[in-house]
Amino acid sequence: MTDSLPGRSRRLDDAFLTAGSSSFTEFVSAYRPELLPAGRRLPSGATLEAPHGTTIVTLLYDGGVLMAGDRRATMGNVIANRDMEKVFAADEYSVVGIAGTAGIAIELVRLYQVELEHYEKIEGAIMSLEGKANRLASMIRGNLGLAMQGLTVVPTYAGFDLDSATGRIYSYDVTGGCYVEGGHHSTGSGSVFARGALKKLWRPGLDEQQAVSVAIEALYDAADDDSATGGPDLGRQIWPTVALVDHAGARFVAQDVLEGHVERVVAARRDNPGGAR
Amino acid sequence: MSMPFYVPPEQVMKDRADFARKGIARGRSVVVVGYDRGIAFVAENPSRALHKVSEIYDRIAFAAVGRYNEFESLRVAGIRYADLRGYSYDRTDVTARALANTYAQTLGAVFTQESKPFEIEIVVAEVGLDSESDQIFRLTYDGSVADERGFVAMGGASDAAEERLSTAWRPGMGLSDVLRLAVDVLGAGDNGERRTLDAAQLEVAVLDRDRPRRSFRRIVGPLLSRLIEPRETTEVPAEALGGPGASPEAPAGGPAPGDEPESPTQP
Repeated sequence: MTDSLPGRSRRLDDAFLTAGSSSFTEFVSAYRPELLPAGRRLPSGATLEAPHGTTIVTLLYDGGVLMAGDRRATMGNVIANRDMEKVFAADEYSVVGIAGTAGIAIELVRLYQVELEHYEKIEGAIMSLEGKANRLASMIRGNLGLAMQGLTVVPTYAGFDLDSATGRIYSYDVTGGCYVEGGHHSTGSGSVFARGALKKLWRPGLDEQQAVSVAIEALYDAADDDSATGGPDLGRQIWPTVALVDHAGARFVAQDVLEGHVERVVAARRDNPGGAR
Repeated sequence: MSMPFYVPPEQVMKDRADFARKGIARGRSVVVVGYDRGIAFVAENPSRALHKVSEIYDRIAFAAVGRYNEFESLRVAGIRYADLRGYSYDRTDVTARALANTYAQTLGAVFTQESKPFEIEIVVAEVGLDSESDQIFRLTYDGSVADERGFVAMGGASDAAEERLSTAWRPGMGLSDVLRLAVDVLGAGDNGERRTLDAAQLEVAVLDRDRPRRSFRRIVGPLLSRLIEPRETTEVPAEALGGPGASPEAPAGGPAPGDEPESPTQP
């Protein structure tokens, strides 16, 4: 803040008054780079163990796109957190899910949310979905230095394209590569198993309730074979986070609705652990 | 060698103030007025793209009169200031008071140090949980701040406008009533003649205290026409504000108020 700098007047710094960029990240990286994950120096060679978030599944359904994430964060063999949220609303028409080093990922999501809102306020218009996906790619690219020291973040981005009235899924790699996915996508340590499940369960034109059910079943399969992915915890009443984005915007599925879906999936798996059909 | 003439500082300040005041008085007025569920901003502005009223943060908005390039740079600076503060502290730590102070310092420094003062007048308003805790700060070209109650009129003929507002405005008026009052005030000419302003000539926005998180909404199109219709209409129900007329910033058909996406951890 300008007013916290000693020996300066409290007037706005020239950096604030300069015309040009509508990007919050660009502004912060010029003015207070230490506030950004990419602006910090790390001791080279050292690695550390930090909590990791795991599986995110994303799938298209009739009229929108769904993103769901399990709730577990792990640190080596220890469960660091049982009820962590990994799916966030990025703005009114999109959601972002994170896998990787939890601390950096949550910071990136916070920054990304401000970035989108900042653009919207300065420009007076919402950024295009493609533009939003590219902004996220450049933020991941900025994190490459940290990623090379083991602090990777791999998000998935899903939004509703108001121009074409369809849902879209964007996946990323650690270097900031951004890819449009058709149908469904999964990321994180349990993604291999979730993808297998989605291949068998997903089909075009699912309705909203079927989509929620498919996502929960895919996460169930991921948790079944990957120790870092948390399964539905009936004892503690912890359900996966499920977000839906359609023409009305992004919203999260209510706890009681999720409870019904989880109970049905768990009951169907009794005496049929693989979910054979 | 020529010696510069001595000009007393009183004269310098007076000249600068006169210069700024003349610039401001040339522009069209803006009225900021409180109503029962928030704060309304009404500007006479035929442009749909160059705004005089803007969102700054969740519960803070900005309105300005005068030179566009000057207040636009302050608007952008305010958004940067608020977003940076909200990002490094918390969303609740962004206040209109702090922003108004920063603006005041900037305007004051420009007034005394730069070759030309800003020819602008701005309002920074924050909507509170009830109308008692609403805050409206008015800042002038020289950096002076006034904490206003209820209403502010800025720009050309603002003294006459304030006088009309002070007689007609009372706390707890509905949105439709304050908008009609504001339009009436803006339409009053210098020498008694009246102009009728329709929805296309107005830029109207509200800070709606009942909305979660981002409370700023522009009111455009049929909803605005209905609200400012000069007759004794009953109040438009609150739900109407979430309709297609009240768009977030630009997109049509935004989510209704109840559908505001709630992220588990909002920044």
